[in-house]
Amino acid sequence: MTSITVLAPTGTLGYGFGADAFARGMSLKPDVIAVDAGSTDPGPYYLGSGMPLVSRYSIKRELTELITAALHAGIPVIVGSAGGSGSKQHVDGTVEIVREIAAEKRLRFRLARIYADVDVERVKRAVTLGEVDQFEAGFPLTHGILDETVALVAQMGHEPIVEALRAGADVVIAGRACDDLVIAAYPIARGADPALAIHMGKILECGAFSAEPFAMDVMLGTVHADHFVLEPGSVERRASITSVAAHSLYERENPFYQGGPGHFLDLQHCKFDSVDERRVRVSGSRLVESTEIRVKLEGVRVAGYRTICVAGIRCPTMIRVINGVLEDVCNHALAYFAPAKPEITFHVYGRDGVMRHLEPQKRISSHELGVVIDVVAKDQDLARAVCHHISGSLLHVSFTGQVNTSGNLAFPYSPSEIDAGAAYEFSVYHLMRVSSPMELFPIHHEEL
Amino acid sequence: MARPEKLLSEVAAIIRSKNAGPFLVTFDIMFKDQESYEMVCDSKALTPETVAKAFGIDVKRITSFFIVPMAKAIKVTIRRPIVQGAIGDSDVYGCQQHVPLMNIRIPVPGDAPV
Repeated sequence: MTSITVLAPTGTLGYGFGADAFARGMSLKPDVIAVDAGSTDPGPYYLGSGMPLVSRYSIKRELTELITAALHAGIPVIVGSAGGSGSKQHVDGTVEIVREIAAEKRLRFRLARIYADVDVERVKRAVTLGEVDQFEAGFPLTHGILDETVALVAQMGHEPIVEALRAGADVVIAGRACDDLVIAAYPIARGADPALAIHMGKILECGAFSAEPFAMDVMLGTVHADHFVLEPGSVERRASITSVAAHSLYERENPFYQGGPGHFLDLQHCKFDSVDERRVRVSGSRLVESTEIRVKLEGVRVAGYRTICVAGIRCPTMIRVINGVLEDVCNHALAYFAPAKPEITFHVYGRDGVMRHLEPQKRISSHELGVVIDVVAKDQDLARAVCHHISGSLLHVSFTGQVNTSGNLAFPYSPSEIDAGAAYEFSVYHLMRVSSPMELFPIHHEEL
Repeated sequence: MARPEKLLSEVAAIIRSKNAGPFLVTFDIMFKDQESYEMVCDSKALTPETVAKAFGIDVKRITSFFIVPMAKAIKVTIRRPIVQGAIGDSDVYGCQQHVPLMNIRIPVPGDAPV
């Protein structure tokens, strides 16, 4: 087998990479550019609303650079989890940018788009047949939950991307995909050992986060017959055994054993060696094929509509009684708006705003507090009404020991309440058995 | 005489927290050298029980605890009190939940480098 080099320009498309690092990376003659563009990490909003995670400006700027350089070098470009959540709306938004780039730069190439949306009825059938398993969500998936779910995608494996490449695609814009398999698809299509390609994908999908100093920047990986080698694009960075091994832990629970659609990756016997000052060799990754293929489903529902109010408190007499005052005001609002049941949360910065239930330090030691009054209700008007009711009550509440009777809150804005629109929450995070790795992921080709 | 102790933040190079999916937060504790790594592993001061105590949570919320020699690391994962992005969540990326680990006290053997 000839060696195959993947260039990952950054950890998330749109988050940037160094021009020098990219130029140097391209000079090493990679065989493909592959990049991840999303995950669940930014939360449920993007899948729910269809709004892209990264601005159109950044995506267009970076895709222009990547596509231009790749076509010049005669190599393909693969984008996975396009738009952030990888839903149809996100794939179509990215594809529209690619078409625009082709027209403006007068580029001709073959574009493939792969969707990852799943029809709710398809999943309901699977639920009925007992083909949906829970793993981390802690609740079983039901028809009721699926009825509430407003957006639903599945993580594709490498197979649909491999298929698009085999059909001659120069640019692949894929919907929701396993991050590592976006990177591994091309090497696997060319006959690389899937265990090595997938392990390399797990490290490269974050760009130069596995280098030191780490950054959203260019990282290259080359798969050989029995090992792979990692090297940062920038000469200012190096891959070390420590930085690469440390990355095997990042954003996942089990550092030794990781599941994907149709396989488990066993990293218990991995070996890391330094090739030189800047490069690390990895070997010993093993792949265990599963008897059945299970894809991860990600779905969201609307939790309600949110209005927030940001306010500051400086007076020590108010800080001293803050817990009781917030509780009273909250109870008063709930009684006032009954039988509606708005969800009221106070994020109190300077007390436990960051860690809430996990905050072990109970005593307030700050001279000022920042409060975010966070209200989620069944519609936007009610959320705003409740939020304003609470901010107004807090502003004028009287309490024992008060020295300032003209107002308790410093608002940085007028209006003091800000509508945040629909609030989403994860409703589906389950595994579904499928008959084929291609089943849920239709591929469309076009000539630009 | 009190046994000599150090804070975990004084002996570990990296102490970090991050989402591992929307339902879990995972913590990585990594060391610069083999000595510090082994000292903390051997001290038994970092266990599912001591981590649970540091956060004031039931040990049942800890979903896994790994010693990772290849990375000179200790990895512990907990179930989030509030699901990522759900109403009441205060840290969408789960990346600012690590501080109680920094303050865990590690007994230092007499001949350890100070």
